[in-house]
Amino acid sequence: MAAKSNLTNMVLVLGLVCLACSAVLGGAYVITKAPIEAAAAAKTQAAVAQVLPHFETLEYNADNHYYTAKDGEAVVGYAIESTVVGFGGPLSLMVGVTVDGVVYNTSVLSHSETPGLGAKCSTDAKFMDQWRGFDPAVKKLSVKKDGGDVDAITASTITSRAYTLAVENALKVFDGLEQDVVVPEEEPLTDEGGQDNE
Amino acid sequence: MKEDRTMSKFKLLTDGLVKNNPTFVLLLGMCPTLATTTSAINGLSMGLATLFVLVLSNMAISLIAPVVPDKVHIPVYIVVIATFVTLLQFLMQAYTPAMYETLGLFIPLIVVNCIVLGRAEAFANKHGVGESALDGIGVGLGFTCSLTVLGLVREILGSGSAFGWSFTGGADGMLAFVMAPGAFLCLGYLMVLFNKFLKKNS
Repeated sequence: MAAKSNLTNMVLVLGLVCLACSAVLGGAYVITKAPIEAAAAAKTQAAVAQVLPHFETLEYNADNHYYTAKDGEAVVGYAIESTVVGFGGPLSLMVGVTVDGVVYNTSVLSHSETPGLGAKCSTDAKFMDQWRGFDPAVKKLSVKKDGGDVDAITASTITSRAYTLAVENALKVFDGLEQDVVVPEEEPLTDEGGQDNE
Repeated sequence: MKEDRTMSKFKLLTDGLVKNNPTFVLLLGMCPTLATTTSAINGLSMGLATLFVLVLSNMAISLIAPVVPDKVHIPVYIVVIATFVTLLQFLMQAYTPAMYETLGLFIPLIVVNCIVLGRAEAFANKHGVGESALDGIGVGLGFTCSLTVLGLVREILGSGSAFGWSFTGGADGMLAFVMAPGAFLCLGYLMVLFNKFLKKNS
């Protein structure tokens, strides 16, 4: 089986194997680059389509992490990416806001909440549906436990609070857009267990 | 003689499935086993990903083994395995992005999965390409089946569904089985059953 080791053949074999492997990987990278980008673009497109009404083109603003959706020349709305700290880790949402400042819909981009509890924020129809057409001018944007109008997921108040905060941050970004001011998108969520945070 | 050879080839395949089952008998690769089997589909995909790497790395290593100096054989094998894992990562990212999202974190960890390096050390560097490929398929299928069964049991108990198809009408399952403690419990009981079955048949 294995050949006897000496300095020459060790260096030679290791070098050649590394060279061959990097060649294979380089080739694979070039070949898969376009499909990977296409898959990522399709994913963004789908995520935005979920939270906004019909649109034709998307423009990404990397500073404030939002997409401007346009149908022809008219702006349909903004899809704003918003990340906060949830119960189990970062909670990332896509929040669709129409030009009149009303939330059109929200969707979860990624989360690490507890399966069966906080993870329901991406599956529970009752929780998800209340964000459809949520008008911050009419309803108070905090969970009912904190005196607001948001129905929390049973046994997952912290996740629900985080979700609410993410929507609030997205709306702040939206307000900033209207006034052409850059607003910090993310606020650290402090004292998660407290009753009177906000 | 010819029949003997086909017999032994068949044995190469089934050994990995039953006698040397990586999960229930050898207890190798526990990290992906416990972490990814929250549902049958996840278990199945993780198993197939490992199968892919195992077969290719077994074949490549059986080819280069005769010229690899003994003292550097581990680094060489790891480089080869890591190459196939990265290749798999590119392919999954490009063609199965949804799957990549669920398993993404665990795909790079296949490099340090003891099963892959274990088969390279124990089998592929002493055998030909064909036999090494068969061994890879056998062990890989063994791993895939174990992960699928474990994932299926956890999904049925924990989420009340099987392969994503819910049969409880939206009611919650026993949450603990989707989380880490359930993984250990299920694995333990499945191991008991598997070994009892093995003993009875030998």
